[in-house]
Amino acid sequence: MTFEPQAFGRLGISQEQVELMDVAERYCRDHADVAAVRTLMETGVTLDAPAYAEMANMGWFGITIPQKYGGVGLSLAESVPVAEQIGRRLMMVPFISITVAAQAILEGGTEAQKNHYLPKIAEAGGAALALPEENGAFDLADISATAALEEQGYILSGTKILVENLSTSDILVLSAWVDGVVRLFVFETSLIPETVRRRELLIDETKSSYTLTLDGIILPHTAIMDEAKTAATLQRIDLAANLLGSAEQVGAAQSCLDYTVDYLNTRKQFGKPIGSYQALKHTIVDAYVGYEKARSLLYAAAHNFEDQGKGEIATRMAAVGAGRALSFAADRAIQFHGGFGFTYECDAHLYRRRAIFHDSLFGNTRWHKKKLARLLFN
Amino acid sequence: MISIETFSKDAENWFAENTPRNLDFMLPLTFMEVGTDQQFDFLRDWQRRVYEAGFLGAAWPSEYGGGGLTDAHQSAATKVMRAQNVPIMMNTIGLSWAGPLILDIGSDAHKKKYIKGILSADDIWCQGFSEPEHGSDLGNAQLRAVRDGDDYILNGSKIWTTHGHYGKYMILLARTNPDASNKYAGLSFILTPMKVPGVRTQKIRKLTGEHGFTQTFFENARVPVDGLMGAEGMGWKIAMKTLEYERGARGGQAGGYSLTETDPLEILNLARKTGQLDDPVVKDNLIDYVIDAQALNLNGQRAKIGALIRDNPAGLPLMDKLAKTEFAREINQYALTLQGTRSAYYVDEPNAVDGGWWHRSYLNAFSATIGGGTSQIQRNIVGEHVLGLPKSY
Repeated sequence: MTFEPQAFGRLGISQEQVELMDVAERYCRDHADVAAVRTLMETGVTLDAPAYAEMANMGWFGITIPQKYGGVGLSLAESVPVAEQIGRRLMMVPFISITVAAQAILEGGTEAQKNHYLPKIAEAGGAALALPEENGAFDLADISATAALEEQGYILSGTKILVENLSTSDILVLSAWVDGVVRLFVFETSLIPETVRRRELLIDETKSSYTLTLDGIILPHTAIMDEAKTAATLQRIDLAANLLGSAEQVGAAQSCLDYTVDYLNTRKQFGKPIGSYQALKHTIVDAYVGYEKARSLLYAAAHNFEDQGKGEIATRMAAVGAGRALSFAADRAIQFHGGFGFTYECDAHLYRRRAIFHDSLFGNTRWHKKKLARLLFN
Repeated sequence: MISIETFSKDAENWFAENTPRNLDFMLPLTFMEVGTDQQFDFLRDWQRRVYEAGFLGAAWPSEYGGGGLTDAHQSAATKVMRAQNVPIMMNTIGLSWAGPLILDIGSDAHKKKYIKGILSADDIWCQGFSEPEHGSDLGNAQLRAVRDGDDYILNGSKIWTTHGHYGKYMILLARTNPDASNKYAGLSFILTPMKVPGVRTQKIRKLTGEHGFTQTFFENARVPVDGLMGAEGMGWKIAMKTLEYERGARGGQAGGYSLTETDPLEILNLARKTGQLDDPVVKDNLIDYVIDAQALNLNGQRAKIGALIRDNPAGLPLMDKLAKTEFAREINQYALTLQGTRSAYYVDEPNAVDGGWWHRSYLNAFSATIGGGTSQIQRNIVGEHVLGLPKSY
């Protein structure tokens, strides 16, 4: 028996992907830098409003939305280079939340919901997900929130945590039990009163999220999504979020390495640049090797995403590769900056915090490996 | 010209029918692991048969003994060889280093003299780069070549000469000018006959207990100047060029494959066979290896897609050796931990799992993490040439 890479997906790239890569690379490089991110971050702002508006104008939030709903009509693979470049510049734009929320509506929404919400997302972004709860479970079906069907609508009860980008979203996708079955809802965020929203303190200060206390909130009957599609939609959310999360981490790993290599080239000790010492040089090379492997796994996941079976395997492998690559590169970035690395002023911690944050949403390395063991060894 | 599809189909059929299976001795995974005459004779014969069937050197010019087809034909045949896990092509230094070089910059007479024998394995080639005192610091090689009429007189010694005692020719890195402006500029690259007075090989016993390498001594050995490649002083540049052929960064190799990669699925089978696959710790480890293997495979695919490597075109080719050889060492080492008490055994012990294959493979894996530039040197290369870090001394 020989190891056939085809079993887990081959690698390739579409012309549209190359074009979006070009555009995204240029735009993100020219419109973002970590110093600007810091300025916003330190005032508690987690949105680069001008970039957000420009990305909406460029149609980036509608990349994966079909043309009949006002989008560009490409696949998730094409949104990967965009997420990668946004991650590379640590830009404060909720591209992932928006794209994944759109995927959820596309997969599990009724035709009326698709017609109502998707054109809005394609035009202006503004969509978010309210899925995880206080039990800390990665399994999106492991929830306690309920929605009781009454004449006036669905009456919610329970708490959602880690609701990202709520303040910039008009559209929310939420999960809750209805009559003993997990169901999904999509509705206007304005139904969630300000009084039940609590801003959370995140490890990654470039991101924002909220805890929502749902008790007593009433959703209209029209908010409930297609029952037959719930499981498929949760799976799609999970995998799409992990694909784009991997892209964001691979992008961040690249700039984290650049940042550290630059320091190794310029900082001198004992009369020599510290990058000439092999204890540092060899370790940063190992981090670089991890990054290149993660990139290959990412593009393979993008290329095979829609393939039943291979898609999930490739995506979870990419998530493991990206999480590891960024965590290791950023951990060593802090160490290799020495005393400066221990300060808030050094950017190394921004990258480390980013990796920890990604490990908290939609599964960490251990979770993905457990899933892979089931997919590959049974 | 025969279509690639037909050629590939022919190769599939030929290898399916002709590949020897169920041998009563263990085959080496790489050409560096050929340890016994039995293995050597078998592989030499096998290479000749593959060549005669037209599946080796398919893209080399027919006037010199090649197949006169295209690289795509040879790639198709090589792919079949890998897929059917056939024994390796053993005359690796000829097929992947000397042959491409001679075809690239050699004279017509060189090509007529050397190419066919490389393909048929009638002429075994070896490499004389490393010296006992200059392993990682290859550019400092000191074996001396002094011009005397139409000959060079060679004095010095080379080490880690794979197939040294079988070798008919050597690609030799020798110092023709000890007073050159820098150490690299004094080196020349010479095609050297091995079976001449003054050349002596001494077998080196490897850590596996087998033989495979020699140290090669040159004591006033006379070899013809005709073997000089390029000009005097160009030796370092040409040696680096041969490394590029060998790594596949340039085309031109005869094809076939010289190195069987350890397959993580074989480790999976081993875990299953030894009843360890239900252990969640083992599963966890195996998933890591499968992901790593997949990432390395994908790196190979990505290296051919310009848009996906443009940030750092040299990155993937230069890290490839480091990543692959360290991975091979690691999984072979891991395989021993799946064997319980029986991991105590070695090759030829009847109680050994898989005849001791894993133990030998693990020990042999160091040949690749040390030979051809140690992993530590590789990290320097990647650090300096890819990341742009300052040199280490």
